[in-house]
Amino acid sequence: MKAPRVLTGRHFMMGDVACAEGALAAGCTFFAGYPITPSTEIAERLALRLPQVGGHYIQMEDELASMAAIIGASWAGAKAMTATSGPGFSLMMENLGLAVMMEAPCVVVNVQRGSPSTGLPTLTGQGDVMQAKWGSHGDYEIIAYAPATCQEMFDLTVRAFNMAERFRNPVVILADEVVGHMTERVVIPPEEAIERWERPRPTVPPHELLFPFAADQDLIPPMPRAGEGYRIYVESLTHDERGYPVMHPDVHDRLVRRLNDKIRRAYPQIVEYELLDTEDAEVVVVAYGSTARSARHAVRQARKAGMRVGLLRPMTLWPFPAHVVEQLSPRVRAFVVAELNLGQVAREVERFTDRPVYGANHAGGAMMPPELILSCVEEAYRDAQGSRRRFAPVG
Amino acid sequence: MPREAVVASHPLDEVLREDRLPHIWCPGCGLGTVLGCFARAMLASGIPLDRHVVVSGIGCTGRAAGYLKVDGFHTTHGRAIPFATGLVIANPDLVVTVFSGDGDLVAIGGNHLIHAARRNMDLNVICVNNFNYGMTGGQLGPTTPVGAITTTSPYGFHEEPFNLPRLLAACGAVFVARWTCLHVRQLEATMLRSFQKRGFRFIEVLAPCPVGFGRPNDLGEGIDEMWFYRRQADYDPQAALEMLEISMRKDSRIICGVFVDTERPTYLDRYREHVLRKVEGGGTGAA
Amino acid sequence: MANPSPFVRTPLNVGRVRIPSGQVFILPDRCKGCRFCIDFCPREVLMESPSMNSKGYHYPVVRPGKEEDCVHCGFCTVICPEFAIYTVEVSP
Repeated sequence: MKAPRVLTGRHFMMGDVACAEGALAAGCTFFAGYPITPSTEIAERLALRLPQVGGHYIQMEDELASMAAIIGASWAGAKAMTATSGPGFSLMMENLGLAVMMEAPCVVVNVQRGSPSTGLPTLTGQGDVMQAKWGSHGDYEIIAYAPATCQEMFDLTVRAFNMAERFRNPVVILADEVVGHMTERVVIPPEEAIERWERPRPTVPPHELLFPFAADQDLIPPMPRAGEGYRIYVESLTHDERGYPVMHPDVHDRLVRRLNDKIRRAYPQIVEYELLDTEDAEVVVVAYGSTARSARHAVRQARKAGMRVGLLRPMTLWPFPAHVVEQLSPRVRAFVVAELNLGQVAREVERFTDRPVYGANHAGGAMMPPELILSCVEEAYRDAQGSRRRFAPVG
Repeated sequence: MPREAVVASHPLDEVLREDRLPHIWCPGCGLGTVLGCFARAMLASGIPLDRHVVVSGIGCTGRAAGYLKVDGFHTTHGRAIPFATGLVIANPDLVVTVFSGDGDLVAIGGNHLIHAARRNMDLNVICVNNFNYGMTGGQLGPTTPVGAITTTSPYGFHEEPFNLPRLLAACGAVFVARWTCLHVRQLEATMLRSFQKRGFRFIEVLAPCPVGFGRPNDLGEGIDEMWFYRRQADYDPQAALEMLEISMRKDSRIICGVFVDTERPTYLDRYREHVLRKVEGGGTGAA
Repeated sequence: MANPSPFVRTPLNVGRVRIPSGQVFILPDRCKGCRFCIDFCPREVLMESPSMNSKGYHYPVVRPGKEEDCVHCGFCTVICPEFAIYTVEVSP
């Protein structure tokens, strides 16, 4: 049966399903993917729903094909998405760079699980944070969201599609298995209340668009689509403003800088985060995804025990909310970074502060117990002297 | 008639990116010839050039998209076919040709090749087979004949190559043909026939690669290998698929022709029949 | 009549059929000296020029004495990998 694209209303919905519904609400018309726990429910939901709304679901033979297919679909004008977990994310790395180089809007969902390698397929982890930014070869910027609730699986997926269209870049959703597989209340607004951004389009007819890869102040060129008569040539090789491959160091440097700067310069418009009780905090916990839920509990426990503790919850892991760390640094005695890996976001915090950075770490497999975070907070509260200490994970 | 006249442009320049000519391919390389046949077939197809799209992979053949004045995409190694899959599903009005080489399509891209054929994805695939990885200096590939010398088979290649028409026929391609790039008339006619069909179409074209393959394997320069094709190519479309192996030895035959020309519902035909029929109304494309 | 080409037999109706005439056009600077056109011209109209183009290749020119022999078969046009040669039909 045909069904509405936007399932307006209050739902009791699994995180993965909410992500799929968020994609549809954002205007997704194409999904190419490969089943992998714990993201499979996204594929299953879209296999059911996309045909109902005039879109297309195809299950490709592997993740390399999935990533390639969504870039092709994007260049035909579709809003395209794939979903995977760690092992598939690794397979997608080369073509993630292709999406950057071809400036193809697309969304890649990684519902993280215990890693590395096959790891813990059905249990949570947060080990792919650095991979999203550095996993493909070369210098590139990525936008990556860390949903912490099923509602955010919906909301941040909509945001991801919009950011992908505006910046002509792949956008990653770094969820984790807990958020993907839990079921919570999700409120889906009316369709007219949902913003849908579109990629910048050429304003001149084909014979006048001589430099399809030249851009204005925002560094984002307008994007034609295949079949419109622009006769564009879109390259994975380094190319000049005409789109033609050019093997010159100046051209290469210029191109790579533009691809990076178009995201970097828009940091204020992209970065998203949430602060809890940081106004008077002496120790700030940094946590994201499902770990933020444990961290919130730990922060409340710490406050009850008389410690002045707050929480910084990045909602974009990339770009990382560095300015918040810088602003908090003079007022705090230490940061505690809680994550289900052996210290990845901690490195970003360290870069922007001279305060000691403690790590509440676990390689994954279950939601982080708040007690682990609390004991780390207690140690930080007790020991931090204000001078820089080497990073040493606890737990 | 006077002697030759020197001019500055060629009739095909309307469909070539003439500002990028001369192309990068070596003297004696057959790729330019194949590109010319394809350009003429595109023009004769009756399909507006705005609907044609060429997707290339990595390698010398993969540079072909960059010389044609149609929407073109130069993708990552082996991934031209899934990229083209996304294009043609998102906009079924596009007439998509994948133009790539034996290594790109059959080695690293092999998995995508067989699945797209299985699905009968509506794609026209031109596979130029020069028996090696030319762009990177002449390494072995999945079509390199037994005993051939390449930079990574200095003792002579010890593996058996693919028989591409047999492989593609087995995977369900609805149109499978092979020519050498000397068979310019037949090749253009076959490419034109391919434009009139739907589903997964595969045309293997043998071309000289004098630098990477010809000289190390006693095939000489490009012109010498073209004479080799002249002497040793046979036309036998009825030949059994198992007989279509190529050894490129002095006494061997190269069997050419159109081996498979059939009809089968395409991927989107089946999608509409099985999926959309169950969804009332139902659209087709995704863009 | 002498057989004009090593590739075909003398046709039976050769006296009655009008053989076309062609004018050869070349773009010397595109040529890479592969010899496809020279070797496969059925009337052996072409030869390597004594001079070179800017890249050092000997591009094709019409052999002296063969100026009337091009029959506009089009083979050089389609076989050339460089888009460096083509013929146009002219009245004889």
